[in-house]
Amino acid sequence: MSDKKTFVDRMPFSQQIAGFFARIGLSPRAMVIAIPTLWLLIFFLIPFVVVAKISLSEAAIARPPYLPLWEFKDGILNVTLNIGNYIFLTEDPLYYSAFIESITIAGFSTFFALLIGYPMAYMIARAPDRTRNILLMLVILPFWSSFLLRVYAWIGILKTKGLINGALMWLGIIDDPIVMMQTDFAVYVGIVYTYLPFMILPLYANLVKLDESLLEAASDLGASPFMTFLTITLPLSLPGIFAGSLLVFIPAVGEFVIPQLLGGPDTLMIGKILWNEFFSNRDWPVASAVAIAMLFVLVIPVMLLQKAQQADGEQS
Amino acid sequence: MNEQTCVIDDKPWLDARQPPFIRIKNVTKKFGDFIAVNNVSLDIYRSELFCLLGGSGCGKSTLLRMLSGFELPTSGSIEIDGQDMAGLPPHARPTNMMFQSYALFPHMNVEKNIAYGLQRDGLNRQEVKQRVQEILTLVQLQDFAKRKPSQLSGGQRQRVALARSLVKKPKVLLLDEPLAALDKKLREETQFELVNIQESLGVTFIVVTHDQEEAMTLSTRLGVMDAGEIVQIGEPREVYEYPGNRFVADFIGSVNIFDGRVIEEDTNFVIIRSEEAKIDIHVSHGVSCTPSQKVSYAIRPEKIQMCLKKPKNVKNLLKGRVNEIAYMGNLSVYQIELEGGKRVRVTQPNTIRSDEGAITWEDEVYLWWDGAAGVVLTS
Repeated sequence: MSDKKTFVDRMPFSQQIAGFFARIGLSPRAMVIAIPTLWLLIFFLIPFVVVAKISLSEAAIARPPYLPLWEFKDGILNVTLNIGNYIFLTEDPLYYSAFIESITIAGFSTFFALLIGYPMAYMIARAPDRTRNILLMLVILPFWSSFLLRVYAWIGILKTKGLINGALMWLGIIDDPIVMMQTDFAVYVGIVYTYLPFMILPLYANLVKLDESLLEAASDLGASPFMTFLTITLPLSLPGIFAGSLLVFIPAVGEFVIPQLLGGPDTLMIGKILWNEFFSNRDWPVASAVAIAMLFVLVIPVMLLQKAQQADGEQS
Repeated sequence: MNEQTCVIDDKPWLDARQPPFIRIKNVTKKFGDFIAVNNVSLDIYRSELFCLLGGSGCGKSTLLRMLSGFELPTSGSIEIDGQDMAGLPPHARPTNMMFQSYALFPHMNVEKNIAYGLQRDGLNRQEVKQRVQEILTLVQLQDFAKRKPSQLSGGQRQRVALARSLVKKPKVLLLDEPLAALDKKLREETQFELVNIQESLGVTFIVVTHDQEEAMTLSTRLGVMDAGEIVQIGEPREVYEYPGNRFVADFIGSVNIFDGRVIEEDTNFVIIRSEEAKIDIHVSHGVSCTPSQKVSYAIRPEKIQMCLKKPKNVKNLLKGRVNEIAYMGNLSVYQIELEGGKRVRVTQPNTIRSDEGAITWEDEVYLWWDGAAGVVLTS
């Protein structure tokens, strides 16, 4: 007996812990996976179920402002599932057009971010080591200040008596200020500006892996620099393009702050609708239905993202 | 007479009237302060298989990259088939390169990799297909046309890379360590395959390698490079048997070097007194040197005779003790310690299977060689 004890004492601490979990039926691998699983369960799945539940209930002037989904009275369980909120979404063209506008704005913003971000990512990936780190820092640097503050700064730049109009009028290029604030243009500027790093970073991560000898080989085989880009660099960076585009597109669809601050009354994005339903109308069930619908609209691109990342992983 | 012209056809570098196909003239390449290639001049003839041989960092790859256009010479000129290469980007040069890493396009299958260069030239679909088929047959990869590079073995990838660089029928094919990534057995087989392909196509090959055995087997001529300069150019036998200086003698094969001083010098013999060997080395041919000049005497291990009994009437005789024996199968390498402490390498073929009566450790042995067996090096 005492022999066994000394043996256990001699075991490293980590092995003792592993032994304990093994005895209760958990392998170390399961333990490692358990933590993120638990996290997702508590902070993603449960709130999702709550929202889904509210979306199926009826609105009421009460606290909370909806009727319970089930009642247990006199030994009878009454479950009321109200899909009227979803039907309402399809009936009122407001929601439909807000979804379309959100997707359009997010789509174009993604395209512009790609157009601006690709050359930047390419330049950074091809820069000498020391410059590269500085350039990457510059891309990440805006995150060090508040997002809200940066959007407010754009108001200062874009407004009628703002920096751009001031400069143009001082130079004598225009006589009257251009109206940029509270237009879709301002929303595009805001979204592209805010989400550009999310486009650049995955593109950079992809492009920096690109083997330079492949470009040399293409050039050696008679491809002009443009042809080399088209036939080698671009197809090999597709996973990066996918990842970056989805990282911009997905949050842009649900964006609320930017259209609220920079957009005008015509800018109808789904995030703004959500806000209005929740806080102005206090119609939680409809707001929840909007949120759930939006989630399903976004599930498709999220799945695409996962596939793109997988493809990227296999390639390297 | 006939024989004479035949030799010259085979060896155009012996014929002064023969114009070189590639003319590298006073080429220097500097990276900042570092001189990678220092004033190299080199003529290479049509259909040659020329090897650039040297250790890492000797400038051989830089020279190759200047031929392909990836690097531009700091000074000097390169001419291929009478055309000056200055200002021509890689995609406009009549050269193709086989990269050390092969640089196969990972997103294209074998067929598309090979067709890539032809498509850039705007060939029609039919012709591209035919040329790709031809070259796939040549490298014996017909059955692998639809595979991606990641689904191929190292040897197959090497052949795809070769096919891709050959399919455009370049005037010059540049090969950067073409066999370095293969294992020994495959490398030996591929060497002969490479020579066969080169001979059947008649394309001029320039091969960069650090492997002297590879260079000897492959090349019609080779250039030994050291510190950015070409130290000797010649046929493999010439470079091996008549190394021009100590570096070449030491770099190509193994060699025993005795330092000494010329004590007698005549038109048809030289005598060198070597403190290391403690004998006077007799050289049976004239050497351009002056009396009492310091020289090195180089002799290959396989040219030294060795036996247990003292031989009679031999000139260059040394006595020593067997220190190490390395049995290599086909031959054995002996390390003999001379009386003065100097160690000498001797190789002997293992002509019989039994080890009876063989020379073994700690044996007293006599070494001797013929007066024409070694080389006197003055630099």
